[in-house]
Parts: sequence; structure tokens; C-alpha cells
Amino acid sequence: MSWIEKILGRTQPLPPAPLPLDDSKESKSLFPVVGAVTDKGPVADHNEDALFTLSAALSQENDLLPLGLYIVADGISGKEQGAAASSLAVRLVADWVLSKIFHPFLLDLGHSANQQPIHQVLREAIIAANGRIHDAYANAGTTLTCAFVLGTNAFIAHVGDSRAYLVNKSTIRQLTTDHSLVNRLIELGQLTPEEAKTHPQRSVLYRALGRAGNLEIDTYLQSLPAHSSLLLCSDGLWQAVPQEAILAAINAASSPQAACRQLAAQAKENGGEDNITVILVQVKS
Amino acid sequence: MTEQQTHRLADEDTSTEGTLRPGTILQQRYQILETRNIGGMAVLYKARDMRFEKTTRMCAAKEMYNNAPDPRLRDLTAQAFDREANVLASLSHPAVPAIYDYFSESNRLYLVMEFIEGKDLDEIIEESPGPLSQEVVVDWAIQVCDVLSYLHNHKPQPYVFRDLKPSNIMLNEQGRIVVIDFGIAKVFQRGQRGTMIGTAGYPPPEQYRGDAEPRGDIYALGATMHHLLTKRDPRLEPPFSFHEHPIRSINSAVSEALDRTIMKALEYDIDKRFATAEDFKSALEAQRTPEPPHIPTAGAPTIAFATSTLAPAHSGSALPVWEFACEDEVGSSPFVADGVLYVGSYDHNLYALDAKSGQFMWKFPTEDAISSSPRVWQGLVFIGSDDNLVYAIYRDSGSIAWSKPTRGRVISSPTVAMAHVFFGSDDHFLYNLDARNGRQVWAFEAEDHIRSSPAVSEDLVYFGADDGNVYSVEVQSGKLKWKFATNRPVLSSPLLYEGLLFFGSLDWTFYAVDATAGWAVWNRRTRHRIASSPAISQPRGLVYFTSVDQGIYALDFSTGRQVWRTEMDGPGTSSSPAVSTDAVYVGCADGHLYSLDAKTGEIRWKFHTGESVVSSPVLWENMVFVGSRNHRIYALLQ
Repeated sequence: MSWIEKILGRTQPLPPAPLPLDDSKESKSLFPVVGAVTDKGPVADHNEDALFTLSAALSQENDLLPLGLYIVADGISGKEQGAAASSLAVRLVADWVLSKIFHPFLLDLGHSANQQPIHQVLREAIIAANGRIHDAYANAGTTLTCAFVLGTNAFIAHVGDSRAYLVNKSTIRQLTTDHSLVNRLIELGQLTPEEAKTHPQRSVLYRALGRAGNLEIDTYLQSLPAHSSLLLCSDGLWQAVPQEAILAAINAASSPQAACRQLAAQAKENGGEDNITVILVQVKS
Repeated sequence: MTEQQTHRLADEDTSTEGTLRPGTILQQRYQILETRNIGGMAVLYKARDMRFEKTTRMCAAKEMYNNAPDPRLRDLTAQAFDREANVLASLSHPAVPAIYDYFSESNRLYLVMEFIEGKDLDEIIEESPGPLSQEVVVDWAIQVCDVLSYLHNHKPQPYVFRDLKPSNIMLNEQGRIVVIDFGIAKVFQRGQRGTMIGTAGYPPPEQYRGDAEPRGDIYALGATMHHLLTKRDPRLEPPFSFHEHPIRSINSAVSEALDRTIMKALEYDIDKRFATAEDFKSALEAQRTPEPPHIPTAGAPTIAFATSTLAPAHSGSALPVWEFACEDEVGSSPFVADGVLYVGSYDHNLYALDAKSGQFMWKFPTEDAISSSPRVWQGLVFIGSDDNLVYAIYRDSGSIAWSKPTRGRVISSPTVAMAHVFFGSDDHFLYNLDARNGRQVWAFEAEDHIRSSPAVSEDLVYFGADDGNVYSVEVQSGKLKWKFATNRPVLSSPLLYEGLLFFGSLDWTFYAVDATAGWAVWNRRTRHRIASSPAISQPRGLVYFTSVDQGIYALDFSTGRQVWRTEMDGPGTSSSPAVSTDAVYVGCADGHLYSLDAKTGEIRWKFHTGESVVSSPVLWENMVFVGSRNHRIYALLQ
């Protein structure tokens, strides 16, 4: 496998990100440290989740600007096609963002009205992935939640029921909306979150990649204050581990990678049967 | 159930897909003619009942698989089928196909019924190039209500349809409604494991809790009508999103009354819907009859019978509290501090007026017109003039504290931050002066006039220039951090909020740029130039601005999604919106000051000044102040 394939393909637990650059500068720049884990879980035959992480930093005249791209996708279908769909989604979106944001950024081409705005690039990346998955896999689909981090701003684009959370020392807040039937019922007051946990149709989504027709994509902008973290995960985590427990595990862990391992372990301990994928981006100063 | 024959279907009777071949005979009586429809759980055949030898009597044979591996499950299914067939046999209504027979053969269950020739509403709406007409949909819905009423009032037990949708409603050859396929489907409902994409669309929310009752059928009929009148398939939309897409917003040919009626049927709260199918039917029938002619009664005032439009919540005009006349146009926007209103005029003067009464306090003459707007800091008020200078004037006396000459007109309004004054000049420079004495800290050179006002954060100053760029310059050093290039001059003064910089350009586009990196996060193209500066409503998360395309825009600040756009009677100008909790105020080239509802964009009132309003309104206490090219400054109640 070439190094490109290694980077762009679906990966096993990743080694922690390299230590941040010279920390001694007085500059107030904040730098993300990343952990990522994916685990097929105790019951499933294979892992239909896919993930991608890329962390970079560019320093020009004492200004350290971190940039990163983090993606989680959860494949949907009974057969192996779910895995193929999530993998394809993650690779296509990563490739698109690399060529339409990272490359222009490196070539200093970004500061112009002719550069596509960030949200638009993310949307089009997902729409392109949607088209390819629809053509390639008749019965499969996938969720996709991605975050492009620039400095201390996170730009999130999202379809499905994987989730992004903002985590602080004492609080955890879900940023994305689940595109699931039960969530809509909860919004209408027809179902409580407790009831949703055991509802027979709790996995039914009304939006995912792989279907024909126009795909609506939610975009969010979230600033990441110092000592906060951005958590991306598939439903294998959040269905099995309640929010308070997620918060506790993150705060107790010694590093984002340790936190991700602990979260996956906890999901399995709690009886979770699904594939579990977790990415944690911690903003440090 | 009669298992009349233990006759098993022979291999040659079934095709490779498992459907029966034409010519196959069931129960030695029903000859299969053709397969009409293959669904997920059942196959429908057209068959001939050969008992009637002397004539050709058609019937429909519906075939359902019963081949679960568990024999107890098969038995249960057969029993449920048995019960269902008997209930169906007890129904008698012109819109319900009659049941003639039922039996089982080779693990397949059969229902023999009246054969309906026609199309279902799913096919009809698909074949229609646009939405169907109101008259036809109401007529069909009334027929369906009739059947529902019959089913819901059935004795001994009310019958709930549960699966009402366009594919279950047929139009027979006489153009009458027939409902098909009910009941039997739920016998074969298997729990679905794993994730699925897409939802049923027509059933009401409570049905997902397992509560199926007659009022759920009313919702489903409403959902069906919504689909027929908008051509939007609810299965392809997020579930329970009908109220976000009112029928009239998609198909304006539909009457308001019908829209309301259908929305009532579509209430998510079951108690808010029509209580019975009869109630729904009456409401629909009321849509059909023409308005009765008005019969005047003696002495009573004549009342027009036209459908009433909702009266606006806030009636018509705003009256000025005071007005003050300058000697020339007022292009500058007023600024209020401590009860004193400061404003510049083309008549060269900076005025100080009492904000409550409009009473003149002092004026300071510059050497040329003032387009720039004043700013206040401690005891000083700052203003730029077309005479190339920026002045600092004592607020209490109106006498000069200091002035700073530049080499071009100062049209940009100064911004004061951290005891410094920042402003741009037509001489291409952006100046940073010490507010106390006017001493220059630095000046940054752009490539053309700077007419927009800077936005200042802790470390950076942001401003737009006629060279099309928006600059980000370090406050301390005056060094360039980044510059963002648009395709035309930027007159709009940028607004900094939540890490984003918002501004419009004469290139027709409104931008939201990441303030740290100088990258566009989103943009929104309008249909003409944007000279106005944006304003934000924090609680609503909306950013407002106007465009020369006559629109006042309200966009979600984080995504750029347009929440509303209201059309004015003339082009937008450099007048920028002022935002209060409930309202947005902005001036227009049509001579009006507009006041709109901040949430919906509805016009609350318009105040006419007679000449273009390029000045931006300013809010203070319960008043709004604005200047006009008609030489006046107005104070109005909000």
C-alpha cells in the first residue's frame, strides 16, 4: 500500500498526532491534538464505519495557523456494500477538500472572491460523493459528518445520524441534528429520548448519502475556545454511551487517543453491538 | 379458512420470479389471466371466475406469501389473514372493493375481490406535469372522507385504514374513488432490522408509537392531499415537515381556506386535528360551494364579502416626533450619545441636537460637505469631511480639539477603539490616530479610496476599499495580515461577529469571511450592487443588509441561508440597517425609511421623506433617527 493509500484509506486506531510545534512562542495560537479510533464491535462481522483525519499547521511570520480535516462515515446496508459506501464517501470528500481548500491555501490563493467559500466546498464535496455512491452501490448508503478546522474555527458539514459535539471541561453539547425518524418524533414531542433508545425504527434515517435526488446538507460554524474539544462519532458510540459518561471519559483521559480508546471500550462494555468510530480534536494552547 | 384443496401448485404453474403463469387455475375455479402488480408483500393478478361459464366475470386475485420457516408463525399469519378477510367481507361500500372469496394454496394466501380497472393516485400524480387542480383534489378527498367515515363508524368495531396513501386510492373507469389494499398489509408487517433510509411519509407521528386510531387516517388523507396539490412526495422529504412547506408557498393557485383546512388535518397534535372524518368532509364541502350573494338587511352597514386579508398588526404610518432642517442634504448617519444626537450635513456642518426634542445645541463648520458619520469618545466627537480633514470636536462646546489633514476626502466614518481613532481617506490610506491628540500612530496604504468604516478587534483592523479588497491589518503595527479580493469596490463597512467578518461588495455579493485566516466561509449573491453595511441580531442569529436590487435581506449568519428577503420600492443605498429586538430599520432610494419585523421581514411601516435616504438609521431609547437628502433629520417612534 503506498503512503497515499495509507493516508486516504480506512484505518485502524491511529497513532497520536505529533507533538505541537515550538510551544514557547508567546503567540496565543491554539493547536489541535487529535485522537482517533474505529472498532467493529463485538457482534458485527465487519466494520462499516470509515474515518479520515489530517492535521496540518502552517507558520508564516510567527503566525501559526493550524488546519485540519476530520471525517466520520457510517455505512448503511445489510451486506458489505455499507463498508464500501462509507469508505468511498470518506475518500472522495477528503480528496475534494484537499484539492479545493488545502491546495489553494498552500498556494496562497484563498483570499479572493474567486475562491469557493468553505461551506460551499464542503457541500459540493458531499454532493459529489453522494452521486458516486448512488451510481456505484444500488442498495447502500452512508452517513457523513466532517469538520474542517481552520485556526480555532470548525466548519462542519453533516448528513445522517453520526454526530459532532463540542466538549468543554464541564459541558458537552451536541452540535449536529440527527436526520433520523425518531429524532423528528422527539422534536415533535411524540417520543422521549428514552423511548427512542429502544424504538424498533431508531435506525431509520430520512437523509443519507447514496439516494437519488437532491441532497440537503447541514452546515455549522463552531468556534473552538482554548481547552475545548471537538468530538466526531458514529452512532455506535452515542447510542451506547450517555453524554455525561462521554464527558467524564474525555476529561479523565491523559490524551485524546486514550480518550478515544476508553470511549470505544465503554461502548462495548455497555452492550453496544454496532461499529464504533470516534475522533477527538482537542484544542490546546 | 377453507383449505378446500390440498392441491399444490405444480412447478409449471409458477414462473421463475415465483408469480403464477397465465392460465394457471386456482381452486379449480379462478383462472389467472395476467399479473397486474407486484408489490413488496403481495402480487395482484387479474383473473377470471370460471364458475360463470356463460359470461366473462373478472376478478382480482391477491396473493400473499406465507412461508416463514417457523410453522407457528405461519399459523399465526394464516389466522390473522383469516380474521382480516372476514372483517373485509363485512364491509359494504361503493368505494370499497367487494370480497368474494379467500383460501390458501401451497403456502400462499389468496383474496379474491372485485376487479377495479383504473389508475391509482400515485400514477396519476406522477404522470401529471404539475400539481393537480384544487377542484379535483377536493372532490376526491370528499369521497375518501365518505369511506373513512363508513369505516370509522363500522359496527361492532371501527376500522382504521392505517395505511392511507396515494397508491392505495384508485380512480376507477367512472372517475370514482375506490380505496384498496387496506388492512391486509399489517398482517404481514415484519419488524425491519438495521438502518433504512427513507420514511413512509403519510402516516401521522403517533402511529410510530403504535397508536393507530381514526384521526390518524385524517392526517394521512391530509398528507395525500398535500402531495397531490404540491407534487412533493412526503417520502422524499424530512418526516413531518408539512408545516414548513405550506401548500400555498408551493402552489399559489390553492385557496387560503383549503390550505388552512388541510393543515388542520395535518396537525401533529392529534387533538388539534378534525375529530371525525365527517368534520373534515364538511370543511372540504364548504370549499366547494360558491360564496352566497350578500343580502342587505335594513339599517345594517354594507359588508363586502371578499375574502379578508389579514390586517397588518401595526397600522400604517409613523409620525415624526421632531424634525430638524439643515441647509443641505443629510447623507451622514446620526450618532447618539448621552442624549445628544450628532450628525453631519452636505451643508458643511457637524450638528449637535438634543435627541429628545431636536433642539439645536451647536454646529461646527468644516470647509466642505460631510458624508461621513460622527463617532463619540469621552468628551470628543470625531468627524471626517470632504475638505480632507478629520476633526475632533469638544462635545460640550462644539469647539475644535484637534484636526488631522489627509490628502483626500474623508468619506469613511471613523471608528474609535482603545483610545484610538481609525478611518480611511480618499488618499488611499487607512489612519490610526491617538484619539486624545490626533497624533498619527501609523497609516496603511491601500490601492484606492477607502470609503468604508473600519471594524476593530483586539489585534486587527478590517476595512474595505475601492480597490475591491478587504484588508486585515494589525492594530499595533499597521502591518498587513491578509487581504481578501472581491471583484468591485467595497463601500460596505465590515462587521465582525463570532470570528466572521461580514460585508457586501459592489460585485453584487455578500461575504462572510473567516476573520483570522481571511477565507470565505460562505457568500450570497444578490441581483445588484451592495453598498449597505450589515447589521446583526444576536438573539436571532441573523445578519441584515440591503442591495441595489431593492431587497432587504436577512440571512442566517453562520450558514448564509436566506431566511427572508423583502422587496422595497426602490434600490437599496448605503443606508445600513439598524436592529432592535423586534424590528429592522433601513432607508431606501425610494425616499422611505422602512421598519420591518426582524423575524419575518414583514413591513411594519414606511416613513416617507420625499428624497433618497442614504443615511443609516440609529436607535436610541424608543426612538429611531435618520437623515434624508431632503435636508432633514427625523426622529420617529420605533
